[in-house]
Amino acid sequence: MTQTQHETSTAPAAAQQALPMLHIKVKILRFDPEKDRKAHWETYAIDAQAGDRVLDVINEVKWYHDHSLTFRRSCMHGICGSDAMLINGRNRLACKTLVRDVAKDGGTITVEPIRGLKVEKDLLVDMEPFFDSYKAIMPYFINESPAPAAERIQSEEEAERMAQSSNCILCACCTTSCPIFWVNGSYLGPASIVQAHRFIFDSRDEATQQRLNIMNQNTGVWRCRTAYNCTEACPRDIPITQLIEEVKRAVMYQQA
Amino acid sequence: MQHRYDVLVIGAGGAGLMAALYAAKGNVSVACISKLYPTRSHTGAAQGGIGAALGNVAEDHWEWHMFDTVKGGDYLTDQDAAEVFSKDIIDAVYELEHMGLPFSRTPEGKIAQRKFGGHTREFGKAAVERSCYAKDRTGHMILQTLYQQNVKEGTKFFNEFHVTDLLIEDGRCRGVVAYELATGEIHTFHAKAVILAAGGYGRIFKITSNALTLTGDLMSIYYRKGLPLEDMEFYQFHPTGLAKLGILVTEGIRGEGGILRNDSGERFMERYAPTIKDLAPRDIVSRSIISEIREGRGVGRDKDAVNIDLTHLPREVIEGKLAEITDLARTYLGMDPVKDLVPVQPTAHYAMGGIPTDLNGLCLSDGNGGSIEGLYAAGEQACVSLHGANRLGTNSLGDLVVFGRRAGIYAAQYARQVEFPDLPDDPQRDTKDMFDGLRSGSGKENPALIRKEMQESMMNNVGIFRNGPDMEKQVEILKELKSRYQDVNVGDPSLRYNSELIEVMELGFMLDCAEAMTASALNRTESRGAHDRADYHTRDDVNWLKHTMAYKDLDRPGNVLIGYKDVALKGFTRAFEPKARVY
Repeated sequence: MTQTQHETSTAPAAAQQALPMLHIKVKILRFDPEKDRKAHWETYAIDAQAGDRVLDVINEVKWYHDHSLTFRRSCMHGICGSDAMLINGRNRLACKTLVRDVAKDGGTITVEPIRGLKVEKDLLVDMEPFFDSYKAIMPYFINESPAPAAERIQSEEEAERMAQSSNCILCACCTTSCPIFWVNGSYLGPASIVQAHRFIFDSRDEATQQRLNIMNQNTGVWRCRTAYNCTEACPRDIPITQLIEEVKRAVMYQQA
Repeated sequence: MQHRYDVLVIGAGGAGLMAALYAAKGNVSVACISKLYPTRSHTGAAQGGIGAALGNVAEDHWEWHMFDTVKGGDYLTDQDAAEVFSKDIIDAVYELEHMGLPFSRTPEGKIAQRKFGGHTREFGKAAVERSCYAKDRTGHMILQTLYQQNVKEGTKFFNEFHVTDLLIEDGRCRGVVAYELATGEIHTFHAKAVILAAGGYGRIFKITSNALTLTGDLMSIYYRKGLPLEDMEFYQFHPTGLAKLGILVTEGIRGEGGILRNDSGERFMERYAPTIKDLAPRDIVSRSIISEIREGRGVGRDKDAVNIDLTHLPREVIEGKLAEITDLARTYLGMDPVKDLVPVQPTAHYAMGGIPTDLNGLCLSDGNGGSIEGLYAAGEQACVSLHGANRLGTNSLGDLVVFGRRAGIYAAQYARQVEFPDLPDDPQRDTKDMFDGLRSGSGKENPALIRKEMQESMMNNVGIFRNGPDMEKQVEILKELKSRYQDVNVGDPSLRYNSELIEVMELGFMLDCAEAMTASALNRTESRGAHDRADYHTRDDVNWLKHTMAYKDLDRPGNVLIGYKDVALKGFTRAFEPKARVY
């Protein structure tokens, strides 16, 4: 294929056009429950530019090799969180991973669905359990005091306290890289704890105690064994393990 | 399967989520249908801010915001909408803060504000700090906050349901039909009122900031029923997309002091907009960049970009207030804005036109006050004509909270007063016909190739600079692509998670949007805002101070019928006379 590659709507950046063309193989774990009893690998030969995104390559497979390939994608630049997948054995967003960072010329990129959630078709998994965990931590601002006519005052330092946790896009890269979550699906998981952190450390929120209680349950923060997989997996560089530690400390001392 | 809700919201971005919240407050049953998970909606990609005359950093007034909106829209903005907006947005921003949105703060702890293109004090005298922001991920925080509030309220969501049809009979909306990705099942949603808030259609262009999912589905469904799309010729190119990729680089980058430079390092905006330079509105900056490139002063291997220069700003500002775009430049270009110039070029960004509505979001069926009972629209999908011929930066986030809220309120109010209308006899018939048609073609044509040709030809022929002959050519190209679409290949017979069927359906929707846009642009023989024609180079208020209404000719495929609608040249208390647009 691939003469068409460079003319697609997702052509690579100017600075990268001088970069070499890579002849690569993409090995994708395929599963169609209407046809397959179990998952199997299929491999596609693709010519990609070094600065292409892995998502460009997967789109290439879908558009020019096998239209039935199914996966989620939307924004193409790491803000919607749709295209979390296992790329060369690591959880990443396909749109934020460049080909040159995961394959050399002649090499193979392997792509699998994220782990710990049921595979519905190819790379697409059932996200409902993930969002159920999210909803379980009361992921919304609570302040029942009468609101002022203008904004509630919050210092720059207090606002900065939420900067890391509010950066989360709910892509599930962290939670589905966590060995505790794989073993015990009832663990709320790193993403939900990050969301709890966002509200626990919001100076304007009044439900700190309720959230600390949720975090103190046996599905909560004490299940974390500090494996650091979550922090390594986060495509937005949120120091997740550190935030989990901060929540643990808040639960321990019962204050944010 | 059949469902029944008083109010149905289609789309779960900012406008849809705000509409759902307010409809629910109206004491009616509400469900929200989205083809994505709500947190994946494209509102999350908006970076720079939401403009409101809070006056937290410098003196500001809603009248100044209204004036900037009207002038920015090259006087095609409906001034009643601009007045409602400029007042309402102040409360709406405080409301978002009360919902917990983590805005950046001033040293006094108030919501921080920064400069943005076209935002001025005293009716154009100088730039003013009006954009309220949460670092450079304001849209992300608005989307997350509104979704959080819907979780709190227990809003019913149907995620990954693709709406395939609007049930309209005898001028009354009766519900929608949708395809459930997980099961392949077709559902009928019976409703008293429906709110359309499914976003734009930037994917008809080759270089765009828009997500792959922004394919104009509901606009096309509306248009296919012989109903009008308003002002489709006005499509905004954001001046600064990352070169070749089109990924948005916020205007906040210039609000914080970033400077555009050509190949010789010249700050070229001084020549085009001497008063506010790099902070001129988007249409002017986009055209200035393209002019530099056409005159051979571009940068990069193909000399088809210009640079944005941040290197004179402190590292804390770049990595703090502009962290998102710093990360994008590092990830995709391998460049560090702290020390490198970043190449940018205009990228297809925002539809000023769309489904026409009144100030309450009610959908209009013609240019003379006709409407569709029970049908509302808000956000980028809609055209209340706040943006006129060119949208002011930050007014998209403002639009979706202000008019999303109004649509929710009025849809609920309407739903409380009426009974459920009868459903059509076979509500799923048209959807089934469409699916059967797509699957029974000869299968010669690869949809990806048709899509690519559409995107490239629209970019070339109906892009930033336009002229009659190119657009006439585009009319023919689109006819040919539509004819090839009749033979499109849908090879996957499966029902569950048939993403191929969905992509092909979306391509059909995009071809309709492209058709309406091209016809509207060819018809308007003047230059105004984002619509710039080489063969009609000046604005013509005598003949063209009016909105375009484009109707699909249901009897003659490929033909578009054009009607018009008056511009509201007065607000409720203020009115701004059209005058030359200089910055």
